Amino acid sequence: MKIMKFERIKEVLKNKTVGIAGCGGLGSNCAVALARVGVGKLIIADFDVIEESNLNRQYYFHHQIGEKKVDCLKENIKLINPYIEVEAHDVKLDVKDIYDIYNGCDVLVEAFDKAEMKQIIIETNYEKLPSIPLVLGLGMAGWGNLESIHLRKSDNLYICGDEISEVSEDFPPLAPRVGIVSNMQADVVLELLLKEK
Amino acid sequence: MNITLNNRPESFDQESLSITEILKLKKFSFKLMVIKINGKLVRKPDYESSFVKDGDDLQIIHMISGG
Repeated sequence: MKIMKFERIKEVLKNKTVGIAGCGGLGSNCAVALARVGVGKLIIADFDVIEESNLNRQYYFHHQIGEKKVDCLKENIKLINPYIEVEAHDVKLDVKDIYDIYNGCDVLVEAFDKAEMKQIIIETNYEKLPSIPLVLGLGMAGWGNLESIHLRKSDNLYICGDEISEVSEDFPPLAPRVGIVSNMQADVVLELLLKEK
Repeated sequence: MNITLNNRPESFDQESLSITEILKLKKFSFKLMVIKINGKLVRKPDYESSFVKDGDDLQIIHMISGG
């Protein structure tokens, strides 16, 4: 375990850029954690609007229902830490967007809900952005069984989650486990950013 | 052969196996996967023709919805 004063941590982090692909349960909570510790620039992207059902886990507020997630996440981050630069993209990401939007990032966080999109970002990262570490959230539905949640490293992929629990109608994602996995992702990002070169 | 499967040692009686055969032997039936042999991405159409041999590092990542 490396040790560092928070003043020094802030110094390092303020020059870093982290990309977050998706602003749902994983993305909104991960972005807030990174904003709190002072990552200088966050690049966020999502096409969705906030629904009441999102509030059981996503970092939004009741009065924001119906508004764009990217706009509200930027607003919420600014309320927590106004010194963070937030670049917000209102877009349904595809392969080309992923490259265009995130090619300048120090670390990229996968925060999609759909398995298909998770595969697309891994393949895009492998082919077009191989030097950027990609931190994934895989398997966090339901509650309990916390001992199954782990971190697995595979080349430049960092997998956070239990790698089993798939979301379904009878097995919803909920604040505690989604919060745990999204904050694990944020912690992996910190570890990567604070690694002394 | 002895290989590393998802960072853990794994042994098979055969000297080499295709990805398709390993998925069957391990009873991995997930719809979407990302598979890498020694860090090299193998796409679905190539599962049949890509072989794993002794000493290889095989990573099989199941894509799971939720987030």
